[in-house]
Amino acid sequence: MEGELAQMGQYIGAGLTAFGMGGAAIGVGNVAGNYLAGALRNPSAAAGQTATLFIGIAFAEALGIFSFLVALLLMFAV
Amino acid sequence: MATEPINTELAGTCVNEFGSAIGMPQLCGEWFGNQIFWLVVALVAIYFILSRVALPRIGSVLAERQGTITNDIAAAEDLKVKATQAEAAYDKALVDARAEAQRIVAAAKADIQADLDKAIAKADAEIAAKSAESEKAISEIRAGALQNVEEVAKDTALAIVEAMGSTADAKSVASAVDAQMKG
Amino acid sequence: MAGEARSEEAGLVFHPMDQFIVKPFFGDGAVSWYTITNSTVWMALAVLAVFALLVLGTSKRAVIPTRMQSVAELAYGFIYKMVEDICGKDGVKYFPYIMTLFMFIVFANFLGLLPTAFTPTAHIAVTAVMAFAVFFGVTILGFVKNGPSFLGLFWVNSAPLALRPVLALIELISYFVRPVSHSIRLAGNMMAGHAVIKVFAGFAAITAIAPFSVLAITAMYGLEMLVSFIQAYVFAILTCVYLKDALHPHH
Repeated sequence: MEGELAQMGQYIGAGLTAFGMGGAAIGVGNVAGNYLAGALRNPSAAAGQTATLFIGIAFAEALGIFSFLVALLLMFAV
Repeated sequence: MATEPINTELAGTCVNEFGSAIGMPQLCGEWFGNQIFWLVVALVAIYFILSRVALPRIGSVLAERQGTITNDIAAAEDLKVKATQAEAAYDKALVDARAEAQRIVAAAKADIQADLDKAIAKADAEIAAKSAESEKAISEIRAGALQNVEEVAKDTALAIVEAMGSTADAKSVASAVDAQMKG
Repeated sequence: MAGEARSEEAGLVFHPMDQFIVKPFFGDGAVSWYTITNSTVWMALAVLAVFALLVLGTSKRAVIPTRMQSVAELAYGFIYKMVEDICGKDGVKYFPYIMTLFMFIVFANFLGLLPTAFTPTAHIAVTAVMAFAVFFGVTILGFVKNGPSFLGLFWVNSAPLALRPVLALIELISYFVRPVSHSIRLAGNMMAGHAVIKVFAGFAAITAIAPFSVLAITAMYGLEMLVSFIQAYVFAILTCVYLKDALHPHH
């Protein structure tokens, strides 16, 4: 009984951490969208900023990956 | 966990007896040493491949290509300058030729003019000579005609005088006619 | 725990994590540090692929490149320009290290996409070694190059004086989180993609869902191709950014 409760908690927790990935998705979308908006305003400056774009996307995505990792840990490792 | 099969330990701490992973294979401590060792080997191998062979070679190829491109551009620049010079020379030659042509035309015109003037002068002289000759002929003819008229008048007057029955010597008749004609 | 859900009698059999099991490539037995495992084999294939592309592909040294050679030159120019743009001229001498990391990751990722392949970069042990190597290398380099003034990296001079200690703490934490996020980003992306493909493959056992499942696998596969390259690029570019911090610590 106690084990089942713990298992239930694991699954619920894993499901909840999936929200974190949604946040990361919003963040990545923000970065890319703002980059696009800026690039359309000033296309000549866009090429020089692709590195910054990818760094920003990487940072935003890292947090989503963390939540994914927590979900995996809850599912398989705890 | 308590619900794991008892004989899991036979297969290992990370894989159960069905060959499936227990938990995350990524977190299985047994495998870390192996992965890290071989990763280091792989990275060192790649590093030596890159730094000893590949990167210098690609770098030199790129530099060589850059050099070739630079040389070609310089050669093209050279050729362009040469072409410009050739064009300038061509233009100059064209201008010279045009001037020469104009000069030749002017000279020819002058020659022709001179010839023409000479011809006209010659023709004028001939015309003048011819007209003088004609003048002379006309005056001779006129003089001839006057003499004939005088003789005819003298003869006629002598004949008229003889017909009127008087004798007259030819000399007096002639002087009378002369006087009359001069009158 | 999850073991029961994946037991043999269940209608749907999911083993999304089984593809990450490290096992000896020749025969069975325990995995000790020198054993040639499937991980070893795919790393070796990555090394061979790097060798084939960058050494055999350029063996003619042609001024007008062949297809292989122009790909090699493209990779060279891509990473070289990245290092030069981000780290500046004095960062160029670290270019071989970054090229090593990039080429290894990109080939390990792409070879891992082959069916039945093993992806070394999906393992946190592998990526953590690379990330911590970068972290320690960059930190030591920073102190060697700049001395104690390297700590100025954490002291944000443009901020108001009262905020600076707080910012220093935040900067310090984010500095030490770097290797963790650096490694987990790559491993997590690789693992996530492969696990999701595997889950869709498990759905393919149900006839009614199979076509959608195949379609989804195809789409995920395309996405994974993109992710494989982008994660290698991001790993390399973050290495460059950390290196820049070590070379020029004052913002």
